[in-house]
Amino acid sequence: MPQMTLVEAVRDALRLELRRDPRVMLLGLDIGRLGGVFRATDGLQAEFGAERVVDMPLAEAAIVGASIGLAVAGFVPVAEIQFLGFTHQAFHQIGPQVGRWRQRSRGRFSAPLVIRAPFGGGIRSPEFHSDAIEAQFVQTPGIKVVMPASPYDAKGLLLEAIRDPDPVLFCEPDRLYRLHRQEVPAGEYTIPFGQARTVREGDDVTLVAWSAAVELCERAAAQLDGEGIAATVLDLRTLVPLDVEGLVRAATRTGRVVVVHEAPLSAGFGAEVAATIQEEAFFALDGPVRRVAAWDAPYPSAALEASYLPTVARVVAAARAAVRS
Amino acid sequence: MYRQMVLIRRFEDHAAESYARARIGGFLHLYIGEEAVAVGALNAARPTDHLLTHYRDHGYALVRGCDPKAAMAELFGKASGLSGGRGGSMHLAEASRHFWGGHAIVGSHIPIGAGMAYAMQYQRREEVVLDFFGDGATGNGIFHEGLNMAALWQLPVVFVCENNLYGMGATLAEESPVKDMIIRAEGYTMPSRQCDGMDVFSVYEAVRTAVEHCRSGKGPFFVEAVTYRFRGHSMADPELYRDKEEVGRWRAQDPILRFGEFCVRQRISSERELEEVNEQVEQEMLEAVAFAEAAPLPEESTVADGVYANPIDPEAAGPESA
Ligand SMILES: Cc1ncc(C[n+]2csc(CCOP(=O)(O)OP(=O)(O)O)c2C)c(N)n1
Ligand SMILES: [Mg+2]
Repeated sequence: MPQMTLVEAVRDALRLELRRDPRVMLLGLDIGRLGGVFRATDGLQAEFGAERVVDMPLAEAAIVGASIGLAVAGFVPVAEIQFLGFTHQAFHQIGPQVGRWRQRSRGRFSAPLVIRAPFGGGIRSPEFHSDAIEAQFVQTPGIKVVMPASPYDAKGLLLEAIRDPDPVLFCEPDRLYRLHRQEVPAGEYTIPFGQARTVREGDDVTLVAWSAAVELCERAAAQLDGEGIAATVLDLRTLVPLDVEGLVRAATRTGRVVVVHEAPLSAGFGAEVAATIQEEAFFALDGPVRRVAAWDAPYPSAALEASYLPTVARVVAAARAAVRS
Repeated sequence: MYRQMVLIRRFEDHAAESYARARIGGFLHLYIGEEAVAVGALNAARPTDHLLTHYRDHGYALVRGCDPKAAMAELFGKASGLSGGRGGSMHLAEASRHFWGGHAIVGSHIPIGAGMAYAMQYQRREEVVLDFFGDGATGNGIFHEGLNMAALWQLPVVFVCENNLYGMGATLAEESPVKDMIIRAEGYTMPSRQCDGMDVFSVYEAVRTAVEHCRSGKGPFFVEAVTYRFRGHSMADPELYRDKEEVGRWRAQDPILRFGEFCVRQRISSERELEEVNEQVEQEMLEAVAFAEAAPLPEESTVADGVYANPIDPEAAGPESA
């Protein structure tokens, strides 16, 4: 089986879909000759032509808007926004437009498209380039929100996203793009949405995360092992749909939960996780669900990144506190 | 003006070198090659005129008189930086100099400039607004929204498009149906002027006309400075979109060399005098880097400082619940 990094897995999924389905089209700023800011689409314009791998003007609203038009007309567009923080420019097209398309037309038309966007901190990129704003899209019903954390998942979830009948926001953790290689099947496979992944099992505390925070929780769990605390790590994989059953199972198993995310604390998706657990598994809990997140402040410059983002030390401290309670 | 251009050039040479040594994080967009635009334009305006720019902003900050030490420290993310290390390379700003910032999100400052110009008009103030952006920005909706409003209300704002022929990874022809950016202004019935952005006099004259037009209450003005960045879009640019020969042709038009030769030819200054300026500036820049190196990092506990006028929860120990 080939070994792939996360960014290679993304590219592989795009290439397979461009080959398989002539309706698939990629659109974005500098995705053609340059191959995208992170080179996720490297070589695809050379292979599939400039009509299917389309360099767009610097106009995020038009990149998404035009993708909606193409989708309505029967294409399967996969748009790239250079950074998730630049989707603000296209927010109207994403939430209030394409998210409502299906229901507003009572199912008579839909716009299945994928919006890919790198995001997240830890690579010294400033402000908007690092913003983790995934929760904002959870508040725009009609959009599925997918957050892969590994090369294997990135490929399987992206293939699923492109084939899904609804619009999907696919957030790629840029910090993990080239961090690890993993065995990834060469051919096609899909991972269904709404199925959380148990990354590792332990009976003392459950760490819940998605995207790059999963990797952080794995490191925290390894450290907790050394202290005799056995942690389960649950990767939600998709925020919409949310695997409520899997979440409740993982919470019930230990009775102690820490949810970790890169977005600011207040009204981050961690709040939804905590609320869901207390509604569905209140009597199985030994203490409050704890959250480890970023500060309620704009993303700082490189020098302060480590103080702003959740760290292994902070996750470990929260897990310890949860176990002691 | 010679000194100002050299200042920008040397400041950025040192910034690039510090970036390569990983002393500067994030992104670094160099202005090298485009110096005549900031220098010509800002000298044609008053120091009190309001200034907004895109993220390629080091040159403007320096010409506006921001301390090169504090500017360098800002690039390093240090507490002694212009914005305490909070803004970084793309968000240099100095309120006391009416420099309202570089802006990282392309086009975001265009309507903001129109808003400031409305404030000037409302209060019958003398200052005008100078709003700088690139050719790539003109493909974005917000550019058109800002120009429309400025023309509709006849606001005192000079829009300066630095047409350096490229966006990030694309040529102008791949991004824009028009080659001359001044054509964009026509749809808004806005008077305009195209100038040679490699020639500081050409820029000066165009912006001088524009500023006078605005100040006399005749509404907005659009200036296009055709220029060229000698370096990549940012430090991480493989430059697949152009060849070395083209860069060489433009380098032959180096605005600093051109202006230096002019000064010598006209006997305004001797070659030795220019060389002295170069050396002084180099010395100043070495000091700026040393200052930035030695400056302290912001305290970890200050991550959430200054977000609100008064902290909402001064007791908050950090981003943990419970
Ligand atoms: C809304 C938005 N989209 C994309 C980017 C990424 N980006 C930064 S600069 C740039 C190119 C802009 O080109 P231009 O306006 O010509 O300015 P130049 O860099 O040439 O000075 C791009 C695509 C951004 N910062 N903001
Ligand atoms: Mg440009």
